[in-house]
Amino acid sequence: MSNSLKLAGALALIVVLLVVVPVALSTTGRNDLYYTLTLIALLSVASAGVWITFYIGRINIGQAAYALIGGYVSAILVVDYGWSFWLTIPAAGVVSAAIAILIGLPILRLRGVYFAMVTLVSTEVARLAALALPITHGARGMSNLPPPGPIAIGPLTLIPDFASMADTHLAFYLLSAITMLAVFGLVYRLVHSRLGRLFVALQQNEELAASMGVNIARLRIIAYAFSSFLGGVAGAIFSAISQSVYPNSFTTQDSINFMLNCFLGGLGYVFGPMLGTLVLQLGWNLLSEAAIYQELIYAIVLIALMLVLPNGILSLLGMRARKAAR
Amino acid sequence: MEQVIVNGLYLGAQYALIALGLTLIFALMNVLNFAHGQMYVLGGFITYTVYGQLHLPFVVALIASSITLAILGALIEKFLFRTVIRRSKREESTMLLAAAIAFLLDAVILIVFGEKGHGVPKILNGVLNTGAIIIPYDRILVGCLAAVFIAAFMAFMQFSKPGRAMRALAQDRQAAQLMGVNVDRYSMIGFAVGALLAGLVGGLLVSIVGVSSGIGGSISTKAFMMVMIGGAGVVGGAIAGGFILGMLEAVGLTVLHAYGDITYLVIFVGLMIFLAIRPNGLMGKPWG
Repeated sequence: MSNSLKLAGALALIVVLLVVVPVALSTTGRNDLYYTLTLIALLSVASAGVWITFYIGRINIGQAAYALIGGYVSAILVVDYGWSFWLTIPAAGVVSAAIAILIGLPILRLRGVYFAMVTLVSTEVARLAALALPITHGARGMSNLPPPGPIAIGPLTLIPDFASMADTHLAFYLLSAITMLAVFGLVYRLVHSRLGRLFVALQQNEELAASMGVNIARLRIIAYAFSSFLGGVAGAIFSAISQSVYPNSFTTQDSINFMLNCFLGGLGYVFGPMLGTLVLQLGWNLLSEAAIYQELIYAIVLIALMLVLPNGILSLLGMRARKAAR
Repeated sequence: MEQVIVNGLYLGAQYALIALGLTLIFALMNVLNFAHGQMYVLGGFITYTVYGQLHLPFVVALIASSITLAILGALIEKFLFRTVIRRSKREESTMLLAAAIAFLLDAVILIVFGEKGHGVPKILNGVLNTGAIIIPYDRILVGCLAAVFIAAFMAFMQFSKPGRAMRALAQDRQAAQLMGVNVDRYSMIGFAVGALLAGLVGGLLVSIVGVSSGIGGSISTKAFMMVMIGGAGVVGGAIAGGFILGMLEAVGLTVLHAYGDITYLVIFVGLMIFLAIRPNGLMGKPWG
């Protein structure tokens, strides 16, 4: 694809997400869909983090731990320390990344299923820690978080007070959509930078990369910290939207879902996690009509997709390109 | 103290049997079977139906659980895993498949057996009380049965022809194939045996703790931990991991009782530190 085509695609995506979707939803009166779309945007941000760890050849089933940490950091800073919510978003990301560095130093030496299993366990550690630590308010969790306040530079109000809005759904949707666009833009840049090429080198052969003078230990930490940063940011915004955070806000199931989003979209494509999250979440919501058979149908569809498109939905693009090349 | 050790041994025997199935599947196919806990639950429900509802002997129920799960495991390997492994670019894709199968089994179990937990009549009544230790007879029986099954499994792997073929596969898939081992066939048998073990433990434990539909995921997590402690893909490691986790749990519940419900938090953190020092567990192979 040429550069101008890519630029047009990116602009189209921005326009669709920030203009077309809100207009369409408000004219049709389907305001209930905002919440679904907000959720999809946030989950795809967390999934993008998981995708980064896949990109260096590690299977990360621990993203829910960092989302939970991010949610708690934001909630605790807002409620117990009186911070502005907007400041807690980067703070949540940074705390998550710092914890990821601390945990990552030993566990990133593990590979394959070992790394996968340890990260899976870490989700459970985060949940149990949230239950046991005094700072997290135990099993009751934290509820009734205040809505985000305003941001103003002098007389100019950049973001109005969420509490003054009649309907915060649109505001939260825009916040999540913009975050998602920024994150995927960032990931796209990262993948196509020098660092991105080094990440591919790690994915293909760590020993070989090391022998070429690549500091693999440092790169692994960078990738994992960035991945966890995204998890923390998503968790922080999620806690503001649901106005609460509990030890069970993000569980092992979520960790597995983040991984599934990446797989389903396609591990070889930056926008794979976005598409995967969209398909899985929308599919799940549509299936709620099927009541008790919801999970059954979902699982069967998932298995069928896996059998037909084991390399992700976006691998269809690759197939077409290959056919055209012939 | 003796009580704690007996509890730990009893738990350990169950855990080891669960971990053996998981590690076997991993060793043969490099598949991390997320659905292992669900297979355990399914085995529990089959035993519940045959023994608790139809009132057939417990042994018949155990056999029914084992055989059903073995067939299920074989079918899953043949029609799902084999296809995905052949078509996929990255072998991690099998994880997605395993997770989807876990969803599927969870859904089926929920629809067929409902949300409620179920128990069955005790297989043995009475309690052994020697003064130092108090343990119900049925727990002794189940613990001993588990130990017998572990021994039988090890003998099967060590001395039978399929066992030898599977050990060869685990060591080096390509070399085994060159030596004339039918890789497809023994992968299927291996998956069937792994699933059989999960069903067997599920059936055994339903007589003690009952069974309910939502516990599959946490059983899988525990099994992963045991495999990590002992080292993935190693039979001895799985057994060691099972007994170590059983002991830790028994000791933790007694010692840490005063500090609230933090046994598992402590075990998890300990495990992380342990893996930082020994990334491949006690006996694991150096690669992942």
